[in-house]
Amino acid sequence: MIRVFVEGIGIAGPGLDGWSASRATLAGLAPYEPAPFVPPPVVLLPPAERRRAGTAIRLAIGAGLEALIQAGRDPAGMAMVFASSNGDSDTVHEILCVLATDRREVSPTRFHNSVHNAPAGYWAVATGSREPSTSLCAFDDGFSAGLLDAAVQATVDNRPVTLTAYDLPYPEPLHGVRPIEALFAAALVLTPEPTNRTIIALSIAPGRSGGTATAMTDSRLERLRLGNPAARGLPLLAAIARGAPDTVHLTASFGTGAEIAVEPC
Amino acid sequence: MRNLILSHMCIASSVGFGQQATLSALASGHSGLLPCHFETVTLPTWTGEIEALDTIRLPPSLETFDCRNNKLAELTIRQDGFDDAVRAAVERYGAARIGLFVGTSTSGILQTEQAYRKRDPALPAWFHYAETHNTSSLAAYLRVRLGIAGPSFVVSCACASSAKAFGNAARMIAAGLCDAAIVGGADSLCLTTLYGFHSLNLNAPGPCRPFDVNRDGISIGEAAGFVLLEPMRTGDRTDGVRLLGIGESNDAHHMSSPHPEGVGARLAMERALASAGLRPADIDYINLHGTATRVGDAAEDAAVNSVFGDATARGSTKGHTGHTLGAAGAVEAIISALAIEHGLLPGSPHTEMIDPAFRGRYQLTSERARVDRVLSNSFGFGGSNCSLVLGCSR
Repeated sequence: MIRVFVEGIGIAGPGLDGWSASRATLAGLAPYEPAPFVPPPVVLLPPAERRRAGTAIRLAIGAGLEALIQAGRDPAGMAMVFASSNGDSDTVHEILCVLATDRREVSPTRFHNSVHNAPAGYWAVATGSREPSTSLCAFDDGFSAGLLDAAVQATVDNRPVTLTAYDLPYPEPLHGVRPIEALFAAALVLTPEPTNRTIIALSIAPGRSGGTATAMTDSRLERLRLGNPAARGLPLLAAIARGAPDTVHLTASFGTGAEIAVEPC
Repeated sequence: MRNLILSHMCIASSVGFGQQATLSALASGHSGLLPCHFETVTLPTWTGEIEALDTIRLPPSLETFDCRNNKLAELTIRQDGFDDAVRAAVERYGAARIGLFVGTSTSGILQTEQAYRKRDPALPAWFHYAETHNTSSLAAYLRVRLGIAGPSFVVSCACASSAKAFGNAARMIAAGLCDAAIVGGADSLCLTTLYGFHSLNLNAPGPCRPFDVNRDGISIGEAAGFVLLEPMRTGDRTDGVRLLGIGESNDAHHMSSPHPEGVGARLAMERALASAGLRPADIDYINLHGTATRVGDAAEDAAVNSVFGDATARGSTKGHTGHTLGAAGAVEAIISALAIEHGLLPGSPHTEMIDPAFRGRYQLTSERARVDRVLSNSFGFGGSNCSLVLGCSR
């Protein structure tokens, strides 16, 4: 069991444009209207990198920065954990298409953007941070695996750590075998001790395989939860939005789940 | 950090399968690099290919995981009694108390490359996305194959992946979420990396020549290495190799070029030494990242000298294995452990004339020497850097 404290939250997805605009919806106090969300360019990046940063990178960095601004933390001093199942799905698809042609002329920018840690690399360039970052993958369990990794790092290294989980749809034909319904990202700034900006406390234990995951009450939010690996974290964000004591189960399909006690403080 | 013992290790690369074959190659200067004739690739470059991978079969119940990368993992865990050692550890600790943190950069993407050639317009029925292409596939395969039920994920930070996985494992053990962990990495040849590095003009036309004045790029290799990482307990044998420290950083400079003065690399090495509670003079050998690119080797030379000066023995083993990308951190941690256990400073096959602009004691040929502590560097795209410190208590 690990206890950490949430100082900042970021969220981006259809009809979920930032924490303050989404909080009432997640708490069940306002209706959910899934309007399309297009991640904006990262203004902190130099012009060349800003152009090269595609949707995946914009999505991941945008959510992370939102959480850090809310926490009042300088991103340059922040250790990061990025969790994603598919990484930059558009870029991977483009490279695969080119490799299936005779000429196989891969774009060098696409190639370096195809690495799973591309958002972490652009994050460092954007913020000037030389602090450690982990980029991990646990298929449908990326949110809980990333949460566990970030909470462990915050506790063991006694430093704030920010988790950013993100995923976005593949184009066809990969969409046919790995359907992601909509893009989504969530970010949490975690600290090992309470601070005057603490929003809520989380006690996290690794979950067992199987069991029943906490679901979303609204059917369209539930569809988003099941349709995007990063959105598996939505029930935790909803519990935080409600602000009452609660227990959230994030089950594991074939990796790491988590059982989280949400404790107002 | 609290010391963790590398109680069991397994390794496979183009120089051989298992610790003994690897050690023999390191001692004799054998290189696994040959002109590339992989798959349908027509690039003028060399690779460290493991031809035997084509003959490896996964257990029948796990055949949906069938792809080159998982075959490589399977080949590797069959070496050095590793799967038996894990089975014993599962009995000792319980499956849920063993974590699994492994690195890869491209996972089983070769499977998808071949499936895209056959798309019509849907992908062929033989293609299993989750079990092969997805970056998590390596952890998913090993979890089922080895019967592990503790926290697990794949770390994918390009060529620093499997070095960084040691940090995730060490923190999980320190936090008490697991008692022991399987750590390592596997990366296998695929068209994405061969044509991708070609697009950046980073593939050497011949075998890679780390730190050579005429070095002209990397040779991509395929390899895997895994270790069982356990805390020291009272009564344990004390002569085993331990993980003493780890340092991680980001360059904050560029996606595919290192910081020219190696600022991020220097930070990783300094943090690794601080984490181990050691001074630069305590290190006997530095296993360099040393991929043989013009700028990468120059930046690392500057960074190493800024921390260690020029007296510490150093070398790159990429001329043996090629650059094994996401597996390099784990493979070279095991090579470093072999150097400590067997008193060997590895050499640098294919390197002929050390760049006169570089300073420092670069090992051209292998040499018997007492090696108590090693620092091993792994740097990747995205400016991701990781240094490990390994040692024994002699």
